[in-house]
Amino acid sequence: MEEMDEIVQEFLVESHENLDQLDRDLVDLEQHPGSRDLLASIFRTIHTIKGTSGFLAFGNLEAVTHVGENLLARLRDGRMSMTPATTDVLLRMVDTVRELLAAIEETGTEGAVAVGGVVDEITAVLDRDAPVAPVDSPADPPVDPPVDLPTVEQVPVPAAPAAPAAPAAPPAQATPAAPEQPEDAGSRRTVADASIRVDVEVLDTLMRLVGELVLTRNQIVRQASEVEDQDLVRSSQRLNLIASELQEGVMKTRMQPIDHLWSKLPRVVRDLGAQCGKQVRLEMVGRETELDRTLLEAVKDPLTHLVRNAVDHGLEAAAERVAAGKSPEGVLSLRAYHEGGQVVVEVCDDGAGIDAARIASKAVDKGLRTAAQVEAMAPADLLQLIFAPGFSTAAAVTNVSGRGVGMDVVKTNIESIGGTIEVESTVGRGTTCRLRIPLTLAIVPALTVECAGDRYAIPQVSLLELVALDADRAANAVEDVNGAPVYRLRGSLLPLVRLADVLGVESDRADGHVLIAVLQADGKRFGLVIDRVLSTEEIVVKPLATRLKALGTYSGATILGDGRVALILDVQALARNALSAEVLDRQAAEQRTAGAAAARAEDQDRVLVAGIGGGRQVAIPLSSVTRLEHIPAARVERVGSREAVQYRGAILPLLRLDRHLGSVTEREGDDLVVVVYSAEGRSVAIVVDDIVDIVEGETGTRSDIDDHGLLGSAVIHDRIIELLDVRAAILAADPHFYTAAQHDDVVAALEEVR
Amino acid sequence: MSTRLVTFTLEGRSYGIDVTAVQEVLRGLPRTRIPLAPSALAGLINLRGQVLTAIDLREQLGLPPRPADQEPMLVVIRLAGEPVALLVDSIGSVVDVGTEQFEPPPDTLTGPTRDLILGAYKLTDRLLLSLDVDRAIAA
Repeated sequence: MEEMDEIVQEFLVESHENLDQLDRDLVDLEQHPGSRDLLASIFRTIHTIKGTSGFLAFGNLEAVTHVGENLLARLRDGRMSMTPATTDVLLRMVDTVRELLAAIEETGTEGAVAVGGVVDEITAVLDRDAPVAPVDSPADPPVDPPVDLPTVEQVPVPAAPAAPAAPAAPPAQATPAAPEQPEDAGSRRTVADASIRVDVEVLDTLMRLVGELVLTRNQIVRQASEVEDQDLVRSSQRLNLIASELQEGVMKTRMQPIDHLWSKLPRVVRDLGAQCGKQVRLEMVGRETELDRTLLEAVKDPLTHLVRNAVDHGLEAAAERVAAGKSPEGVLSLRAYHEGGQVVVEVCDDGAGIDAARIASKAVDKGLRTAAQVEAMAPADLLQLIFAPGFSTAAAVTNVSGRGVGMDVVKTNIESIGGTIEVESTVGRGTTCRLRIPLTLAIVPALTVECAGDRYAIPQVSLLELVALDADRAANAVEDVNGAPVYRLRGSLLPLVRLADVLGVESDRADGHVLIAVLQADGKRFGLVIDRVLSTEEIVVKPLATRLKALGTYSGATILGDGRVALILDVQALARNALSAEVLDRQAAEQRTAGAAAARAEDQDRVLVAGIGGGRQVAIPLSSVTRLEHIPAARVERVGSREAVQYRGAILPLLRLDRHLGSVTEREGDDLVVVVYSAEGRSVAIVVDDIVDIVEGETGTRSDIDDHGLLGSAVIHDRIIELLDVRAAILAADPHFYTAAQHDDVVAALEEVR
Repeated sequence: MSTRLVTFTLEGRSYGIDVTAVQEVLRGLPRTRIPLAPSALAGLINLRGQVLTAIDLREQLGLPPRPADQEPMLVVIRLAGEPVALLVDSIGSVVDVGTEQFEPPPDTLTGPTRDLILGAYKLTDRLLLSLDVDRAIAA
């Protein structure tokens, strides 16, 4: 009896696998109706199930598979062709088989699953097409004696000619599929022989043990480096290598191709497409991309949800598509690939796209954002609002998707495994949802840092770069925007968060050095100020007690090389807690500016910000600025009522910007800061107090609040900057600047300047 | 009807925990403090590769902090799967006590710690206070 159970068990496992394959093949078949290979493969699968069920005395199962087999045989032999109706009935057969298998798994018997309906349906299809059969393959009928039909009472006589195509009667087979069969079966067996099934729990235990080993390895390597013992050092190095390889090996055992998830999707897409009345072609690239099985499990639902969403909301109905000049068939493509230690999974559709303006108004309607907030957001950021809780753009709630729960759940699920999700869309062209998922959860590369004598780990995924400032530089480089510390990182302001402040501890760094870990979370960048950087190492993530998780500051704990525990900082939560909404909005605005600047000619939009005394700052377009110079005040000479300066063999008219704009210089000392401004072969020297910065673009908020000599004002890095009316300023210095140059020698001199 | 308790001391008083809840007792291990956590959470310790939360019972019971030079002992208890380490002053022994020795806490015991003390066992030379472990580890 025991043995019998085992056989049934084996049969169930095998059949489930076969059915997944079958689903895929059937949907594929619809795309390539003529494919004999596919038909042969489907046929084999059903035949195997039929054979075994007969042996195990599952009569209903056998009956269903038998008629299915008849239909398939005809298709395979080309005596019938695939139609959607045929696919439907075959899929229904697969469903019925599944139900039967489920019943067998649960109760050991076939239970009360009704099979008559499906059998009748298939029979009907067979009946309908039967007369065609002899026409299609006139050569076949004579070879077809109805041999193996005794078990199925419903199969009508017309079906009989098809039946013998079953491999049960091998000697007479003249069909093209037949010779392939043994070959295929042979290669399949080889694959099966080369792999074994392992209980997942065994793998999990192995993984845990390897985690411990990695920790112990770290400890030993550390200790060995402190002792002067050559042998020990050598052994520890070997241990190091072996442990690393072992770790990699065990990780590999847990890796599974993403195809395990995807294989279910063709069926989902097909059914959903039929339900919504849409034609959908599913493309999959990167099926072999592997990731940890726990993660695979975790992305299953989110991914399915995204796919359903894409079919339901993303793609338009055929008529709509044709009207928009697109092919009636919508394309849904799934792509998976490795990138920077992460797995990227994209779900793209070529549908209508998402209208950012609609998202914006919806978000305001639902009270998720204020109108002003929405106003300040870039279209790309607006799109991300679809992940906000309680957001749903579907005009009508369908039974497929669009209940307003969903996208936020998708986001939460993905984030809970340390992944991220973003959406891109072009109206009329389609939408892409991109998931970034870590390869594995258990062991992550991390940076260990020190703060107030304690060590913390920061997952490398969030780390962009490290900036070290010595005391001298730190004093100048760390500035503040009305109390909020910032650092200029390559021209743009990076908000700084002091880890000691966040944690409410006392930093022990008293020498003025500043160490900044530039982190990225939720698409926002910020600098975390820490006391010391220790090292990068692979850490094993240990879960935290629920109470500590609730603090929202730590994502876990780990054991360091010396055996002590270090907390792992939750960078996402830090970003959320430490960066106030305004900062985020400002960053979003900056990003938008940066994006806009990139879109236009880049240089044109960069401005030079200069101080002119009285706390005022003026922006000058950088494109026409040729040089920045310091000139001794004594070199300023007078030409009539104007000032001028000799510069590289030419006379430059001088404009004191402070006077021009009604300010008073605060600069002391006997040199002048001069911006040499050139256009069309002429130059002027504009005197300012100091050069503050060069910034990308003129930024978001602009206003036309202006004054004499100004074009308006703009907010750059939280400050109001006056936009210089350059033309007016230059004309004030040199009224002839914009008229053609009068003297050739001046032109020559100026050419030289340039 | 007798109960077996593991005893330990805090600020000179004897306390007891049901022996079945105790996984092991050990000398103090290095602790990693947890900024922002409630003060009773005295840090994280590494117990053979497992990260445990340490709870300072002095803090929980409203006793004065332990003198800096006194190294605490750890009582590792396992409740509902998740092991937790309790910081105590010193470990006593395992004693058998009978229900007839037990008396609920006096009405004069008030305040938050009343919930943590189940009652007292009257030993010949001292009182052994029985601790409600579930409540003691709930912050």
